Amino acid sequence: MTFSQTAARGPGRRLLLAGIAAGAIARPAVLRAQANPIRIGEINSYTAQPAFLGPYRNGWLLAQEQVNAAGGIGGRPLETVFRDDAGRPEDAVRLAGELLNAERVALLAGGYLSHVGLALADFARQNRRLYAASEPLTDALVWSKGNRYTFRLRPSTYMQAAMLVEEAAKLPAKRWATVAPNYEYGQSAVKWFRELLKEKRPDVEFVGEQFPALGRIDAGSTVQALERMKPEGIFNVTFSTDLLNFVRQGNTRGLFDGRSVVSMLSGEPEYLEPLGEECPDGWIVTGYPRDDLDNPTHTALRDAYRAKFGDLPRCGSIVGYDTVQAIAAMLRKAASTETEAMVDAFKGIRYQTGYGTGEVEFRALDHQATLGAFVGRTKLEGRRGRMVDWRYADGASYLPGPEQVRAWRPQE
Amino acid sequence: MSTPILEAEGLVKAWGGVRAVDGVSFSLAPGEMLALIGPNGAGKSTCFNMLNGQVRPDAGRVRLAGQDITGLPPRAVWRLGVGRTFQVTATFGSMSVRENVRLALLSHHRRLLGLWRPASHLHTAEAEALLERVGMAAQADRPCAVLAYGDLKRLELAMALAHAPRLLLMDEPTAGMAPAERGALMQQTAAIAREAGIAVLFTEHDMDVVFGHAQRVLVLERGRLIAGGAPEAVRADPRVRQVYLGGGHF
Amino acid sequence: MEALAVQALNGLASASSLFLVASGLTVIFGVSRIVNFAHGSLYMLGAYLAWTFVSHGPLAELGGFWGFWGGVLLAALAVGALGAVLEMTVLRRIYHAPELFQLLATFALVLVVQDVALLLWGADDKFGPRAPLLRGSVEILGLRFPRYELFLIAVGPVVLGLLWLLFHRTRFGILLRAATQDREMVSALGVDQRLLFTAVFFLGAALAGLGGALQLPREAVTLHMDMAIIVEAFVVVVIGGLGSLPGAFLAALLIGELHAFGILVFPRITLVLVFLVMAVVLVLRPHGLLGRAPGAPPAGEQSPPLPRPLPRGLALAAAGALAGLLLAAPFLGDYPLILLADFAVFILFAASLHFIMGPGGMASFGHAAYFGAGAYAAALLLRHLAAPMEAGLLLAPFAAGLVGLLFGWFCVRLSGVYAAMLTLAFAQIAWSVAFQWVEVTGGDNGILGVWPSEWARGRLAFFYLSVLLCGAGVLLLRRAIFAPFGLALRAQRDSPLRAEAIGIDGFRIRWLAFAYAAAFAGLAGALFAFGKGSVFPTYLGIPRSVDALLMVLLGGVQTVSGPILGAIAYAGLQEQLARLTELWRLLLGLVILALVLFFPRGLAGALAHWHDGRRERRA
Repeated sequence: MTFSQTAARGPGRRLLLAGIAAGAIARPAVLRAQANPIRIGEINSYTAQPAFLGPYRNGWLLAQEQVNAAGGIGGRPLETVFRDDAGRPEDAVRLAGELLNAERVALLAGGYLSHVGLALADFARQNRRLYAASEPLTDALVWSKGNRYTFRLRPSTYMQAAMLVEEAAKLPAKRWATVAPNYEYGQSAVKWFRELLKEKRPDVEFVGEQFPALGRIDAGSTVQALERMKPEGIFNVTFSTDLLNFVRQGNTRGLFDGRSVVSMLSGEPEYLEPLGEECPDGWIVTGYPRDDLDNPTHTALRDAYRAKFGDLPRCGSIVGYDTVQAIAAMLRKAASTETEAMVDAFKGIRYQTGYGTGEVEFRALDHQATLGAFVGRTKLEGRRGRMVDWRYADGASYLPGPEQVRAWRPQE
Repeated sequence: MSTPILEAEGLVKAWGGVRAVDGVSFSLAPGEMLALIGPNGAGKSTCFNMLNGQVRPDAGRVRLAGQDITGLPPRAVWRLGVGRTFQVTATFGSMSVRENVRLALLSHHRRLLGLWRPASHLHTAEAEALLERVGMAAQADRPCAVLAYGDLKRLELAMALAHAPRLLLMDEPTAGMAPAERGALMQQTAAIAREAGIAVLFTEHDMDVVFGHAQRVLVLERGRLIAGGAPEAVRADPRVRQVYLGGGHF
Repeated sequence: MEALAVQALNGLASASSLFLVASGLTVIFGVSRIVNFAHGSLYMLGAYLAWTFVSHGPLAELGGFWGFWGGVLLAALAVGALGAVLEMTVLRRIYHAPELFQLLATFALVLVVQDVALLLWGADDKFGPRAPLLRGSVEILGLRFPRYELFLIAVGPVVLGLLWLLFHRTRFGILLRAATQDREMVSALGVDQRLLFTAVFFLGAALAGLGGALQLPREAVTLHMDMAIIVEAFVVVVIGGLGSLPGAFLAALLIGELHAFGILVFPRITLVLVFLVMAVVLVLRPHGLLGRAPGAPPAGEQSPPLPRPLPRGLALAAAGALAGLLLAAPFLGDYPLILLADFAVFILFAASLHFIMGPGGMASFGHAAYFGAGAYAAALLLRHLAAPMEAGLLLAPFAAGLVGLLFGWFCVRLSGVYAAMLTLAFAQIAWSVAFQWVEVTGGDNGILGVWPSEWARGRLAFFYLSVLLCGAGVLLLRRAIFAPFGLALRAQRDSPLRAEAIGIDGFRIRWLAFAYAAAFAGLAGALFAFGKGSVFPTYLGIPRSVDALLMVLLGGVQTVSGPILGAIAYAGLQEQLARLTELWRLLLGLVILALVLFFPRGLAGALAHWHDGRRERRA
């Protein structure tokens, strides 16, 4: 028996662990001696979601290395203390206290699961400390529960749904069914998709929905239940393991034959790669066409990433990379690690995304970054799937206007 | 004769079609000491368990001093003044001897729901007195898990007495004890019962115990009473002699 | 109509998968009485090993029919061997420990396997190949149905049949059945009991491994498989009746079909369905569908020791440490204060569970329900009525106590593992209410902004508040243990027969104790909510219930100070290890295993034992 897969991943993993060791355990004496570093406290569900957060942390470390190599922030290097919340918001809050009080970090960052992000955001508000949310998708983070101290990088549920609605509206399909994991992200995605699509296409009807438990989909029954609705279009929000199981059962049972499928996040390498030859053809997805995105910035990033970790970046890697770039830009502008100064600097800050698609802005209005996503179609080539016919959908175009946002967001 | 303390009337209990007790009726006068005997499987224990509510009879009534107690749960029967000891002793293994008795007293005084005052401050003297009565005072502090079998029987007796019962039901009170101990325990029991005017109904295998202490004897066979009366009369009853093969026991 | 028939087939396929795992679990429990929490891990290992055998190495090179099916069988055998090794090295040493203590060991194994699997196979989901000969689908009533699912439908009854033959037609099986009914008798027959137990673990583990391996063509292999399956497998075993194979089969069918049809009517029912079914079944049939009431406990069973206060010297030392801590608090810095406030909460939470587990003799797998009830009561008051923290802290114990009265009324009628699983069912129902009733509870995004009143916002003030309230709670629980109520509680545990015969209403005592413990768990939950500033459904989730259980077991069930030591040890270890290393689960698991093997009486039990030993030597 061999573990060739593991062996191939070995160096990356060792480096990753070494990276953590450098970041978390032994505070590097070298850096300390050099100059007083600016410390960032990063909290994420590393043990609960290792498949997504490993690449994320790699992207983070790469960006940090690049920022520091370029002289840091006014001569001060960035240094990150990583913590694992094991997927529990209450632990994340405890660790936030630990990072701020014991590790003396200047700001908090991270979060993958929405409720962890919200817990950290509320902690930031209560304690008046800055929180740069990287991954959590929930709209509440910047709108209904938005606050002065929280900024979010990744395009939210609303934005990704809006990007897909734009494409779905062009399809002939009129009868739609939805399938989404049964928690806030899935429910919101379905809600926005229905609402926005109805706006553009009053003639569509939604003929049914399925809400399997997250990570526990009973794929056969779910596929059959969808089949029974006889939809023309299917909106899918499942991801990760659920997506794999859903797709395999759907393929075998012909659920996708002759139907349009529109799917959230499925074009991200995180989700597309494990599908392998099961990758369905022609799904309209949001994602990240890593292999074909050949602009200078992204190519350089991809090469540097591969050189450092022996692996290709994933969507999470870009999120990690961009979070550090955004924080660095903010720190340069603030020229201070005092919270209020950093918050003021963060509003409206611009930075260059690792996608190489230009500048991204953190809107002063709601603290949401205008980072976009790629919209395209899936295609099986050989034994693996990829994104084709893609375009970059700039987040700015998919965000609601100021009036709407002010109605949602509590006024400060 | 005044109202009997206990009356059983036409008790019937079947287990899976087999009638373990089949129409048993008898009564017990206040202060009387009555033995219920019979070969193994005659239905003595089932009969006993119906008297204190552990088993619900299929038919028949049980009256305590004229009050119908059929179908009441054991704890309610206890409240009405019926103490009980078991064939295989049942005590609280995680407690000391004194605590066992104390608990019976706490139940007697209806103080079981106390959440604050340590139980060790409650009814200590009363518990000592009860243990003294059954000759267990010296062992009050021992965990009852380490007691000798005879001492457990005595402890059960003390717990049964805690509620100042009018009637004691003792299922084979001397089973598992050395012969010398048996007589002593029954003498003690008889003395206590006489002194407090408690009626005692007991089952027993040891015929010396039965004929040495019972005022009256009932004989049960295959769920039916086949004889009853003064010990001498029962001993002489030919049917009884036939049941106890050869009469060697007598 | 056709679609419904096919949906029924889907239910059958799921039922088969579930039955495979549950059958191993029920066989192991039946004979060894061990609640094997690691069964899901064995299932996961079966899937990973099968993936490795099928896609790498000699079998993979062989390919085709033998490459696949050989890999699946090999994986099952390998997992069976692993199960046997675990039995010989770990579980065998703790058979005589108190009931449920083995749970601690198997939970430690879960932690170890999680990290080992991550190290060996990496974080990515693995997608196995489709099964040779069973690729693709057949047309049934005009709908496409996967061949492999048809195969799975057949596997369940076949395995049930084989197991039936094994249990009824072989000497080994007859001995196993005898052991299920009466362990003592088997040793009287002159059979090597140890060999029998090892063989049972091999069989049970191999079934789990087979169950996992057979998922390969159907589902992705992931690091979450263990937790996803274990709870459901337990539910199946309990619904069927512990130790009953036909029962497990029936229960798997019931769950599989209800699930398949349930989602057609209520798409969101997936979260709670199995627990609803379990609650209904257990309320109606306290020993499951085909289970029998357990006989009297074996005569050799030791009665629990007398609970007693800590030896004087140790008590003084503990009091001194607490006083020192209170005095030193202002100089500690914020993070230690946060941590210590958390510890105080965990201590009260563990002590409340200990109250019903130790003196009460009732295990609970769902104690988080009351922790969460208190937290949500306080948070909802604050959010909907703008009530201050003080009101929340006051109300929380009552709210949790009421929930305890409600759930307890059902739970305390049952005994042993059935009672514990019913508490789990109610906790999961409560969890799903918190999760799905978005308008009121905020769903999984929780309730934010649950911060303390102004005066208690400082870390120091909140620390003192936590210590005060938790200290008071622990004191009240402790007083209750030594008060008449605690005596009555122990009485109904020691001898229900005798308790009843001296006028004690065992049901009422257990019921009130359950609610009393729930109230203190609620207080702990409310304090925790204010400490974290938010409330989430995770507060009533299974992991939190398990945490409390582990704390109590680690400390020692039959000691009064056990929960305190257990809470500090468990929470402290977890916090320290998580900061130290990425592989904290592995280390935590190994430490717990070591503690289990060396201190089978729990930490407090070991401490008291050690103290007694010293005194005796001096005397």
